[in-house]
Amino acid sequence: MATKDWPLWEIFVRSKNGLEHRHFGSLHAADAEMALENARDVYTRRNEGVSIWVVESKHITASNPENYGELFEPAQDKVYRHPTFYDLPDEVKHM
Amino acid sequence: MSEEQIMSLEKYFEERIARDEKIEPKDWMPEKYRQTHIRQMSQHAHSEVVGMLPEGNWITRAPSLRRKVALLAKVQDEAGHGLYLYSATETLGVSREELYEQLHTGKAKYSSIFNYPTLTWADIGAIGWLVDGAAIINQVPLCNTSYGPYARAMIRVCKEESFHQRQGYEIMIKLANGTPEQKEMAQDALNRWWWPSLMMLGPTDDKSVHTEQSMKWKLKRKTNDELRQQFIDQTVPQADLIGLKIPDPDLKWNEERGSYDFGGIDWDEFWQVVKGHGPMNKERMKARVGAWERGAWVRDAAMAYAEKKEKRKQAV
Ligand SMILES: [Fe+2]
Ligand SMILES: [Fe+2]
Repeated sequence: MATKDWPLWEIFVRSKNGLEHRHFGSLHAADAEMALENARDVYTRRNEGVSIWVVESKHITASNPENYGELFEPAQDKVYRHPTFYDLPDEVKHM
Repeated sequence: MSEEQIMSLEKYFEERIARDEKIEPKDWMPEKYRQTHIRQMSQHAHSEVVGMLPEGNWITRAPSLRRKVALLAKVQDEAGHGLYLYSATETLGVSREELYEQLHTGKAKYSSIFNYPTLTWADIGAIGWLVDGAAIINQVPLCNTSYGPYARAMIRVCKEESFHQRQGYEIMIKLANGTPEQKEMAQDALNRWWWPSLMMLGPTDDKSVHTEQSMKWKLKRKTNDELRQQFIDQTVPQADLIGLKIPDPDLKWNEERGSYDFGGIDWDEFWQVVKGHGPMNKERMKARVGAWERGAWVRDAAMAYAEKKEKRKQAV
């Protein structure tokens, strides 16, 4: 019987330079180094990445979907943050 | 939460799915949704993992280097599929250890097809062609399923499956065009794998308990019988093309339906295998549990080493 289970890590992969790292999934590993090696084998067997980030899952703080309203609704009625809010004559070009 | 509140949450939840919205791990979900997904996703993961055993059996005996690297890569992919699916299942609040425990104690099922033996090299061809072929038919609709982590895992899986089927069919082409003995070997493998592959798509619709709910949650888009028909219709011409004969005397093209009619499936055999009495059930579990137990000291050592390194880092 294992004395202690390997912790869970979240894996982020940059598909190619110029793109951001994107969440690919998770895996178990004893430490960060092993998480990197395992991520290489699990998530990039076909050149899916040029760079990998691993972070232990317990270190991620996530917003709660129940707070969706207070978090995101304030942005919904601010139409003046979008270019189409502003009335300009059709003759104006390049704007 | 009051009964009423739960009812309205459930109604809202079902509406979201009907609108094709995805459900993500921290969203509220009915307990039944969670349990059904844990069951189906972990069964799927277990199938990928146990599925490595029949094929792994031939890696050292692959007839050429080309075949060996292909089979190695395929089996490694299946390990990957198992891992994508296990970690997706864990997002539902169940631990990896619990999932393994369920597999190792026989509480959880895996696909019954993997309880058949791989007797000859041709079986590796037949598995890639038929078993991965049937798996693809099962899996493609799941790329659109309602639970986000499952759908994302399935998209990765489906991208990788196509090579599995093609390498299998290529093995069959080579054997079917080889010596009479090789062709006979290919035919024999087809004879043994055909019916279990049809069974793999699940019990007939009138015997299938989960279909309606699964349709609603997009765990299923077509019924088992529809999937089976699709598999037969696409596979028969592939057998014809390489001069192999599907082992079903009742198989006949039905002009009116635009599909093949086929003979009765031995569902007694299916249920026997599901209940643990297939030719390889015991062997598979023995191999799986054995690997887990023999690997315990490695897992412990890795953890102890990681902790030691961490302590040293903190001491500096
Ligand atoms: Fe797979
Ligand atoms: Fe596969």
